[in-house]
Amino acid sequence: MNANTATPAKTKLRVATTSLAGCFGCHMSFLDIDERILQLVELVEFDRSPITDIKHCGPCDLGIIEGGVCNAENVHVLHEFRKNCKILVAMGACAVNGGLPAQRNHLDLRDILEEVYQTEPGLTHGGIPNDPELPLPLNKVHPIHEVVKIDYFLPGCPPPADAIWKFLTDLLAGRTPHLGHGLLHYD
Amino acid sequence: MPDAPEKTIAAVLARHKGDGTRLMQILREVQEELGWLAPETITEIARGIGWPRARVEGTAAFYSFFHTRPRGKYCVLWSDNITDRMLGNRDLMLALCKKLWLEPARLSEDGLVSVNTTSCTGMCDQGPAVLVNYRAITRMTPERVDQMAELIRNQVPLDEWPADWFRVEDNIRRKDALLDHGLVPGEALAAAMEKGSKAFLDEVKASGLRGRGGAGFTTGMKWEICRDAPGSAHYVVCNADEGEPGTFKDRVLLTSYADLVFEGMTLAGYAVGAQKGLLYLRGEYRYMKDALEAVLARRRGEKLLGSRILDKDFTFDIEIHFGAGAYICGEESALIESLEGKPGRPRIRPPFPVTRGYLDQPTTVNNVETLAASCLVARHGGAWYAKLGTAKSAGTKLMSVSGDVERPGIYEYPYGVTVAQILADAGARDTQAVQVSGPSGVCVAAEEFGRRICFEDIPTAGAFMVFDESRDMFEVARNFAHFFAHESCGFCTPCRVGTQVVARLMDKLAENHGSPYDIDEMFKMHRLMQGASHCGLGNSACNPLFDTLNKFRPAYERRLKSLEYEPAFDLDAALSQARQMTRRDDAGAHLSNED
Repeated sequence: MNANTATPAKTKLRVATTSLAGCFGCHMSFLDIDERILQLVELVEFDRSPITDIKHCGPCDLGIIEGGVCNAENVHVLHEFRKNCKILVAMGACAVNGGLPAQRNHLDLRDILEEVYQTEPGLTHGGIPNDPELPLPLNKVHPIHEVVKIDYFLPGCPPPADAIWKFLTDLLAGRTPHLGHGLLHYD
Repeated sequence: MPDAPEKTIAAVLARHKGDGTRLMQILREVQEELGWLAPETITEIARGIGWPRARVEGTAAFYSFFHTRPRGKYCVLWSDNITDRMLGNRDLMLALCKKLWLEPARLSEDGLVSVNTTSCTGMCDQGPAVLVNYRAITRMTPERVDQMAELIRNQVPLDEWPADWFRVEDNIRRKDALLDHGLVPGEALAAAMEKGSKAFLDEVKASGLRGRGGAGFTTGMKWEICRDAPGSAHYVVCNADEGEPGTFKDRVLLTSYADLVFEGMTLAGYAVGAQKGLLYLRGEYRYMKDALEAVLARRRGEKLLGSRILDKDFTFDIEIHFGAGAYICGEESALIESLEGKPGRPRIRPPFPVTRGYLDQPTTVNNVETLAASCLVARHGGAWYAKLGTAKSAGTKLMSVSGDVERPGIYEYPYGVTVAQILADAGARDTQAVQVSGPSGVCVAAEEFGRRICFEDIPTAGAFMVFDESRDMFEVARNFAHFFAHESCGFCTPCRVGTQVVARLMDKLAENHGSPYDIDEMFKMHRLMQGASHCGLGNSACNPLFDTLNKFRPAYERRLKSLEYEPAFDLDAALSQARQMTRRDDAGAHLSNED
């Protein structure tokens, strides 16, 4: 073997993704990279993700989170990702800022639960669900960086497929991700 | 009974000849009569000046001192600079609120009173200070709070409140060339007009006089560029917005040296060929209006203002404009926008005001102290003035000293004085740090007290806030972070968002939720805002943070909860309401940061 060969054996990066308090729109936008997904799977293999249906995340290089944190389960999932992923990315407006689910933040959670399950005419009044199987909602919805350290932010609602592609290819190539003109916009 | 609102508005509009560029003054005068600016009032004013309503509302909404919602009959605003905090303003404010059965920032149910905070009102040497209906009250005490609550409850008119409360002291502690000028009104002007405007301008250039607002641009050069710039009219603007927390020298100059300031403006007018001067006075100093108008009237009578000044072919007059509580208007192009009746948002430069300023005409904007100092140049000549101070910083500087010193007040020194000298003269003991030139300036730690006040070392607009060893430098920086978050004009995203992000990170640390990652994030914000902001406010907003992080890092570090990342809030407490509503208390109904 030639000792001068500096090219390491190609190992694929492990990537996990999940959606917390989001609408899966970011994941759909992710799939909009279309046939480029074939290039992507040359470079990465997926761990926990809606794509694989793996239930728990193992050690990964990259974790991508869609959605904010609205309940106890979101917190557990986020902790699991942070513990296992070397790099954690907030993808989309809800993960970055709380987004649409955070619209409830100007209301008191108790009032919401009461109105939805007990008082509002036209809804079935079955009482506030209290099965221990169900995760409890948090008083407020939070962006994910308020709960764990986030390394990169990918804004957009959803971020366009080209932005996600640029972001991932930068990361995979070891460059600090940089969304140039045209990929970073808010409409 | 006051006149019908329409009559009041019509009278104010007539006084200003329906001129939209005078909108700031129109809004202020209407509000003084009617209490607040109701939607129909704004419509009426817009019609009167022929502007779209949205533009008028844009201006009214921009400034803190304009009220587009009903305001209490008594509006109490506590100056919230760090020096006021150190004198206990928070406790006094809460005590007043308690006495009045009121929450801070809320109008009382009967519409009688509101109590809130405002940015530094320039009374740092005699705080804690308040503004009641925009009139300055100094030296608040628990006794005064009790009395004030009583006066408000009994609806005693402000004019009948104890006169002593409204007394504002000069507190001049050290005089030098400027404060001991020995000039009689008109003496400097006569000397300059004897020489002729070109020769006088040459003297100013030879004097090495530089701007006293902090940036230190050479005054002679500024005047020359302005003089040479083509335009249908030239203007002189005196920047008396003095909003930098900790600065109050302009207040003293305009109180006891108004003749010198007005004469300096007249000299500037003579040098640049202007016929009109505008004094832009911060709204907090509204109480000076009558005294200043009286000085102007006297000077007109003495032929020092008006047409044919000193019986020569020179016409110049001065008008006073008031700001309305916006720090950003201290920036010269924002100030000019404000003079033209618009929100105070800095312009894109170039063109600089010297070529295209007020009403798009050549305008020289100078600091109060610079203009006053130009009288010395006129009287004694440039060479004489250049000998004062250091090689690159000619003359003297007024320092506004406040904080932990025995004798707060105004100290005048030739440039080149050391920080240690000022501290010794002011009677400071066990000093930990000095914030020179306000929040946007430099935080100087004890090992640097040999540094000098001059453009070669520490340039300053004159604020000098002293902190002894009992003070927490983190809280100092946090106060400044909130100041900038409040005063950002909102025009550019890096500053509008960045100042808020920084303020929240500082609060996160203050609430003991911090980690080293938060400190990294603040450094990142500092770099971003310094590079990407539209004007100096955003560029310098993180200065105090950067300085204190470098020089007082343990003040931050001992607040860190952990070296691991920490959430911004208590995770388990965030489930409290759901637990209460579902009556659950099982393991799944709780959270911790380690699972």
